[in-house]
Amino acid sequence: MRKRKELSGIEEDSLLYHEEFRDKETEEPAVLPAPEKEEFKILGKSTTRIDGQKIVTGQALYTHDIKLRGMLCGKILRSPFACAEVVSVDLSEAQNLPGVHAVLQLRTGRVNYAGEQVAAVAAVDEKTADKALRLIKVIYNPLPFAVTEEKAKQEGAPRVHQVANVQKFNDYSRGDIEKGFKEADVVLERNYKTAVEVHQPAETHASIAKWDGERLTVWDSTQAIFNVRDGLARVLKIPASRIKVIKTYMGGGFGSKLGLNDYTVVAALLAKKAKRPVKIILSRKDNSLCVGNRPSSHQTIKGGVKKDGTLTALHLKNYTCGGISRGDQCSEPIIDVYRCPNLKVEEYSVFTHTGASRPTRAPGHVQGTFALEGFMEELAAEINLDPLELRKKNYSTKNEGDTGIPYSSKGLDKCYQSGAEKIDWQRRNKRPGEGKGRLRRGLGMASQIWWGVGREETLADIKLHQDGSVQVVCGTQDIGGGTRTYMATVTAETLGLKPKEVTVKIGETVYPWCGSSGGSTTTPSVAPAARDAALKAAEYLKQQAAKKLNLEASEVVIQDKKLVNKNNPSQSVAIKELLGERLWEKVFHGEYTGRPSEFAYNTFGAHFAEVQVDTETGQIKVLKVVAAHDSGRIINKLTAESQVIGGVTQGVSTALFEERIMDDSTGNPVNPNMRDYKIATSLDIPEIIPLFADMIDPRINNLGSKGLGEPPRIPSSAAVANAVYNAIGVHIREIPMTPDKVLEALKRKEVAR
Amino acid sequence: MEKKSKKRKTFTRRDFLKGFGGGALGAAVVPKYLPPAPAVLQTKEGKIPHYSRKQITITVNQKNYSLEVEPRETLLQVLRERLNLTGTKMTCDRGECGDCTVLLDGIPVYSCLTLALRTDGAKITTIEGLADKEKLHPIQQAFIDKDAYQCGFCTPGFIISSVALLKGNKNPDLEEIKSGLAGNICRCGNYSNIYEAVSAASKRMGSS
Ligand code: FES
Ligand code: FES
Repeated sequence: MRKRKELSGIEEDSLLYHEEFRDKETEEPAVLPAPEKEEFKILGKSTTRIDGQKIVTGQALYTHDIKLRGMLCGKILRSPFACAEVVSVDLSEAQNLPGVHAVLQLRTGRVNYAGEQVAAVAAVDEKTADKALRLIKVIYNPLPFAVTEEKAKQEGAPRVHQVANVQKFNDYSRGDIEKGFKEADVVLERNYKTAVEVHQPAETHASIAKWDGERLTVWDSTQAIFNVRDGLARVLKIPASRIKVIKTYMGGGFGSKLGLNDYTVVAALLAKKAKRPVKIILSRKDNSLCVGNRPSSHQTIKGGVKKDGTLTALHLKNYTCGGISRGDQCSEPIIDVYRCPNLKVEEYSVFTHTGASRPTRAPGHVQGTFALEGFMEELAAEINLDPLELRKKNYSTKNEGDTGIPYSSKGLDKCYQSGAEKIDWQRRNKRPGEGKGRLRRGLGMASQIWWGVGREETLADIKLHQDGSVQVVCGTQDIGGGTRTYMATVTAETLGLKPKEVTVKIGETVYPWCGSSGGSTTTPSVAPAARDAALKAAEYLKQQAAKKLNLEASEVVIQDKKLVNKNNPSQSVAIKELLGERLWEKVFHGEYTGRPSEFAYNTFGAHFAEVQVDTETGQIKVLKVVAAHDSGRIINKLTAESQVIGGVTQGVSTALFEERIMDDSTGNPVNPNMRDYKIATSLDIPEIIPLFADMIDPRINNLGSKGLGEPPRIPSSAAVANAVYNAIGVHIREIPMTPDKVLEALKRKEVAR
Repeated sequence: MEKKSKKRKTFTRRDFLKGFGGGALGAAVVPKYLPPAPAVLQTKEGKIPHYSRKQITITVNQKNYSLEVEPRETLLQVLRERLNLTGTKMTCDRGECGDCTVLLDGIPVYSCLTLALRTDGAKITTIEGLADKEKLHPIQQAFIDKDAYQCGFCTPGFIISSVALLKGNKNPDLEEIKSGLAGNICRCGNYSNIYEAVSAASKRMGSS
């Protein structure tokens, strides 16, 4: 049914990032059912982070902070032109500058966006490296370019690739939409627009490369150490076994640090040439140019509904712009969230001469949800139905897309109920915009769907040492979600310890394999693997204790660092004592093996927002967001709440402020910084109330947990927009909803009257 | 909103930039950080002060350092690169995010916008200098308790700003906390937990 057309003539690398999140076909695994929550003492409660002390004292080392003996500063010269032919690069003067240890030409031929790498230097310090960059002489032959969607779509616009700038990449249909429209009592058609966003992680992208003979060590601010390692092996043509990638602490990625970066390769090449370690830190400006962005979207939805709220047909057309790479597939929400028998999707990429896009926390879903949920809100008003009722009316219990299989668990109904209760949904304007006065209040809501399953073959080890100390090891990375802490809590829970008593080792490719920290896959991969290893360790300890105590292993339980006869608690042996009798450590391998394939596994949620709109200034103030989520069992309530709070904050920021603006005359962004690129700060933050359905999925893994990284990022922008509609009675179908757009919309309303 | 009339003792982002934005304005507001009588250069546009490398003495976290700095060097660079105090972070390097905030004679400044040679004789506190050996500052402890971070990159700056806020206003309400921290950006978006942490710390500090 669904076809994803391969695009010829496009560099494959620019497409790679997008395939990360798809739920892979799985083999039938032997699944241990997730236990009921009553059994747990630590899991599900709030546990403060085990690495908190390091963070609040400034001792946590980020890639930016790492210094090696003899380390050089690497800097990259980037094209100032959006499209140009590099005619010549003269490195000689830079090379001769005292203090410069290596120079590199990185490009011949065409550069395709402002910010593309052209040359690089490594020098003793930043000042010298900057000076050396200024001494590089590049002759460019500037070529015509198109950096905006409008221009790139025009007839005869300069082409980004050999193929035309507009390319269809998704074609999906089910049922018969024409028939569906005929059955409808009301048919609406609406246009929605979302802007290009920039990730802007606090720590800019950075890598350090160091060679020891043929062996390469790379410290990288990354969400995926193994992707970096394997990418380096491919590009540098050296065995992966000779590369070690280390990620210590990292200051945010949000999808922009999921793969190998070109500057990491440059660091490795410079280090090889200079025979000294090289560190490259990208600038804040680079963030807007060359390390990804969230593609814009320009969506049209036509939909039909019966008077009772039954959806009869939906048609989505999307033009999405992800620079030189493909835009975002924004159709998953419309395909899956609601039951609708007749549906058609057509999605097109519009290529421009701007840096390649990368997944941005919930790629496609933020844009798709904004459009779909806005549309639902207007449909509801059209047939005079409570918008929440419209959603409930079209509730689905199975995958509505390709597979049609039932959800293993779905708590969206619970989210609707708890969220509506918490925000007091009855307070909303029964007719959008019925309030009076200059300051108008409104309530709006939106639903969310995302994947959030684990990656098969994720490994974790538990080591029991002779002295009784315990280590849990996994080649994952903590990008702020509290991975270290839940690895400790899962281990501690299973082995009767306190989280602080477990040592956690992560972030190096010498550790057992784990995938990238992206797509809400980390918790449902790592936690079950650690749990698996810990269960094996517990079983071993029970058996050893049983021997010692002359019992059956089944009669032994683990409690407070001891193995205890459950029928006679006075009979026990300490874990430490058991292990002390061993001659060496004992290692247990854990794995997340997958889930039964006859079910669909998704995360769900619903956000409810309250806003106040100043009809004179056009200013929107978000007052409150209630964020209800079904992400399976919550492992650590404290860090889970932080995930939700962060997601909502970013969603509010997207709704109101964020937009990368390209200058059509220079081909460069006009706001490549954190001042002109607006991000929500302290004064913009609403009251945020996270709620969890906390349902235990019976099949997904041995803990019943799903991911939570993406979900809270998805519906808040849409919920805010819908609340604005409820407040002023006219829908602003474009984010960010800046005051000018609000005033514009209010005028529209007056004209319509 | 009966609090309206109360005078705010906190800084807004704009005050923050205005008062300590480095350059001439910063010099006018904090004259004592000017080095003594610089040499003067005659140019076509008139006379401008001229600094060469300059010896400065600063006290950072109660330790004295004497070092020669170049006019171009920022306090942030000196802290991170020369004194190896990497707890203070660089996120934007141009006064937009607050991650580089340190206390300069008790006042919060963006160290990326503060020229090192203007800090001669100053007492500087960075995130590394807040805890009393193993005993965390109550604000640090509150950040752990309330999970007021995710990636943690903005945390040192937020904690330093919070220290300054609570010094000037022992018992801030939510609005005052918000405006007191308006000079810092948390991209992970954990603000609401940060407010809770600051509020909890203020209570703890008030009762001890
Ligand atoms: S690094 Fe100084 S304000 Fe951003
Ligand atoms: S915790 Fe990541 S930027 Fe604040």
